[in-house]
Amino acid sequence: MGIIKAAKVVFDYLKYSEEGQEPEVNRAIDGVDLDIAEGQFIAILGHNGSGKSTLAKHMNALLVPTEGTLWVDSLDTAEDDDVWKIRQKAGMVFQNPDNQIIGTVVEEDVGFGPENIGVPTDEIWQRVEDALTKTGMISYRKHSPNKLSGGQKQRVAIAGVVAMKPKCIILDEPTAMLDPNGRKEVLAAVRELNEKEGVTVILITHYMEEVILADKVYVMDSGRIVMQGTPREIFSQVDTLKKYRLDVPQVTLLADELKKAGVDIPSGILTIEELVNALCQSN
Amino acid sequence: MLRDITIGQYYPAKSVLHRLDPRVKFVGTLVYIISLFIFNSWIGYLISALFLAVMVKISTVPLKFIVKGLKAIVVLLLISMFFNAIFTPGHVVFQVWIIKITEEGLILAAKIGIRLILLIIGASLMTLTTTPNQLTDGLERLMKPLNKIHVPVHEIAMLMSIALRFIPILMEETDKIMKAQIARGADFESGNLIRKVKNMVPLLVPLFISAFRRANDLAMAMEARCYHGGDGRTQMKPLIYKKRDAAAYAVLALYLAIAIAMRVIGI
Repeated sequence: MGIIKAAKVVFDYLKYSEEGQEPEVNRAIDGVDLDIAEGQFIAILGHNGSGKSTLAKHMNALLVPTEGTLWVDSLDTAEDDDVWKIRQKAGMVFQNPDNQIIGTVVEEDVGFGPENIGVPTDEIWQRVEDALTKTGMISYRKHSPNKLSGGQKQRVAIAGVVAMKPKCIILDEPTAMLDPNGRKEVLAAVRELNEKEGVTVILITHYMEEVILADKVYVMDSGRIVMQGTPREIFSQVDTLKKYRLDVPQVTLLADELKKAGVDIPSGILTIEELVNALCQSN
Repeated sequence: MLRDITIGQYYPAKSVLHRLDPRVKFVGTLVYIISLFIFNSWIGYLISALFLAVMVKISTVPLKFIVKGLKAIVVLLLISMFFNAIFTPGHVVFQVWIIKITEEGLILAAKIGIRLILLIIGASLMTLTTTPNQLTDGLERLMKPLNKIHVPVHEIAMLMSIALRFIPILMEETDKIMKAQIARGADFESGNLIRKVKNMVPLLVPLFISAFRRANDLAMAMEARCYHGGDGRTQMKPLIYKKRDAAAYAVLALYLAIAIAMRVIGI
């Protein structure tokens, strides 16, 4: 069993109207099966309303499946007693950097998680220092989060999760509110955690460029997983992706159009260098 | 305009005042406020103003920063001074229609003004030199005995620290919404008071909605980071009294003693 495993997970949102009528059922997740191995970099793609954020909240036991079961490191998220253990193992970073920073000084915010799980004072300091170093924010430790840029705030949020020593980090569209530079910063920090610390990363996003380096990509649409595979496998199916209202990276799109026009290049090209090489070789 | 409010904002520096135990600073602020009401003479006010001036100097917080905070209360200050000036009976200095301005009223208004200004500066000096987290930690420790009578001390402290953290964010948001509404033709400046209040509606509704949304997000983020109340929680910066805290208490005691003594002998 991998670090996160889902079996036939279903989740219904209930929408109550005013006069005590039968609630309206809104199915956000519809029979999702997942098995994520430890140490992997996983990306979950999907357009707005595809259920990807809802799925993310399940991995942290913020939501519990209506039907089916989800295990985090072999713990069932539906068990009330294990909820804090699960949240310590699977840390979560949210979209809006302002709304997830609790402390008024960077280091205090990073220390918030360890404080909650009852880590002794000396060790909290060590963990905070460690987490801030790993995310490259150590020089800002005494700063007020209000004065940081979006990318920096998000790195603080990641450090806050890292300080809890999770096995797995779930990032729910962490770059959606950032500028291109901030996006790069955050992704670099995440990738480094994955490569150097072996933390499992689950990146939820709708930016295709961010998933190129993932080990495995899942594509979600109306609550189901509709595609899965390596980024190359996924991006070679440009037309299917378009059907799910997802944009492929521009290079991939160009390569695909060239291929359709009869140029002899392989499918699923992800980077500019690859396309250049392929074009040079095709002559 | 809204950014001028400095209460609840932290000014990072490395002064002695910054490093003092928050409990000392909290008690100190209380003592200072009490002293302002004990002092009843010009000399008394001079002493309290001097005391505050020394504290500001020690804190290394730029004076500009502190004075900026006063702008926000100018209206309140003027109103309370005005009413004190006209409603105090006594020797009439001059009279316009039925409004009589008396000598006693003017003196009282001046005293109220001084008290209010010193009070606001004193209180904002505490928040400027103490991070909200420290402040609430301090409060939590000071109020701990109340836990025995089932007062949710930790929860109250957490609530306050979050409120304080979100003040600047909501201020910024208000500014932003205000500009957005002005760009759409909203008018916050003209008209009489009732009109002005009515004009605030398009500002307050989006602000409230966004505040609720933030609260929702934040609650989720806190839960995701294992927050489950004060039980079993450790502290990154536990409060331990040091020598300088004892010294600070001594200074405070001396100051309060002077205030009481002066009141008793009637200076």
